[in-house]
Amino acid sequence: MNSQDEMENPPGGCHMCLAIPGKVLEIASDNPRSALVDVVGMRRRVDLGLLEDDRPVPGDWVLIHVGFAMSKISEADALDQMRTLEMLGESEAAVQEVRGYGLEDVQDKQAP
Amino acid sequence: MKYVDEFRDPKLITKGAEEIRRLADPNRHYRLMEVCGGHTHAIYRFGLKDVLPSNIELIHGPGCPVCVLPMGRIDDALSLAMDPDVIFAAFGDMMRVPGTHGSPLEHKARGMDVRIVYSPSDAIKLAKMNPQKHVMFFAIGFETTAPSTALTLQRAKAEGIHNFSVFCNHVTIIPAIRAILDSPDMRLDGFIGPGHVSTVIGCRPYEWIAKNEHKPIVVCGFEPLDLLQSIVMILAQLQKGEAKVESQYKRVVPWEGNRAALKAMADTFQLRPYFEWRGLGFISQSALRIRDEYAEWDSEQRFHVPGIRVTDPKAAQCGEVLKGVLKPAQCKLFGKECTPENPVGALMVSSEGSCAAYYNYEHRKANLVTSLSSPA
Repeated sequence: MNSQDEMENPPGGCHMCLAIPGKVLEIASDNPRSALVDVVGMRRRVDLGLLEDDRPVPGDWVLIHVGFAMSKISEADALDQMRTLEMLGESEAAVQEVRGYGLEDVQDKQAP
Repeated sequence: MKYVDEFRDPKLITKGAEEIRRLADPNRHYRLMEVCGGHTHAIYRFGLKDVLPSNIELIHGPGCPVCVLPMGRIDDALSLAMDPDVIFAAFGDMMRVPGTHGSPLEHKARGMDVRIVYSPSDAIKLAKMNPQKHVMFFAIGFETTAPSTALTLQRAKAEGIHNFSVFCNHVTIIPAIRAILDSPDMRLDGFIGPGHVSTVIGCRPYEWIAKNEHKPIVVCGFEPLDLLQSIVMILAQLQKGEAKVESQYKRVVPWEGNRAALKAMADTFQLRPYFEWRGLGFISQSALRIRDEYAEWDSEQRFHVPGIRVTDPKAAQCGEVLKGVLKPAQCKLFGKECTPENPVGALMVSSEGSCAAYYNYEHRKANLVTSLSSPA
């Protein structure tokens, strides 16, 4: 969905309340508070600033709210959370939300 | 049970429901409040009401941030964004929320520069991309989103981004629970505690509910089974005459919360003396304002805010529904003047509001059944 469609048909529901699981792929070399994360099949920059006390490393799973990792979770809990989103009919909303992270970087960060 | 196929394990659901029946005293009526809008949505989506015995009543609480935001706040922010040099940036959730003269989306159609962002940090990015404009980020949410706004403010200050500010509407959950408990027409037996808010604040801030108000509260996950398990835990406490804070959502919620998040919030925000909640009125110390140290990045300190107040139409009974005195469909406007497409009251605004959830999952279905069964 490009930004024009998005403006004409903005997402419904409560996106800001979604907690979306993602797997940390790599920490940015120039900024330890920023990581490349695989979130629902897309690669996105996610802010790790709220996990300063317990910094994730590549391979860790995190729960993301509005582009910020809020907690570290186990892989099993991450899969659970994905299923919860599906059950709640919110997995499409989650994809839409994640697609929107990063504004203009949308095109070049699609997962292969 | 309407959505049984979607349950992870219908057998566990049946078992949970049986456990609830076993624990619930048939001679007692239980009123439990789920505080979080996400829980309200899940309860309607899965038709949990049909699984529960009739003497367990779920009251839908104030935990939908879009629903409790007074219309005057939207009017205030949009009035600042009338300036052609301002970009109004907000989450998609806000785009259709009506102000007195229309929603942000309708203002965009009239020429306002309105952008959807999915993260507050993208609002900063927007400011960097548009150095000749001022980007005003309309911040909203409970403690789940406030820490992200806090880090964004810290970053704007650290990086010296001067064409960016935050119009802050963050609210805190504990004072809202207190206001509901203080309300004279309210009688509750226990609380289903919010899941993701508790990831940030932890479980300790609820202790007064157990200690002073003698009500059980169980922090809960978002699957149907989580909700049933939490109700079992509340009933087990009530049966033993106990009142404790417990967590059913331990897999995600640490007891102490997220210290880094709390620290960022304490650095950037302070409590407002009072703030208006749609449906509940003014609640003292229930919302966050930006600290003076960050005045340059606070839209309200940087610009002149008109301070518009809009009272909800008298006929809308949002307050009564929010406190569980009335069911959504008992409001005079429900489904007539007030619908999700054309919301009059706060609880119809977002899909997580109890009126919208009730409308989408119960009312539409009931009408469909009526129209299918009645002769053409």
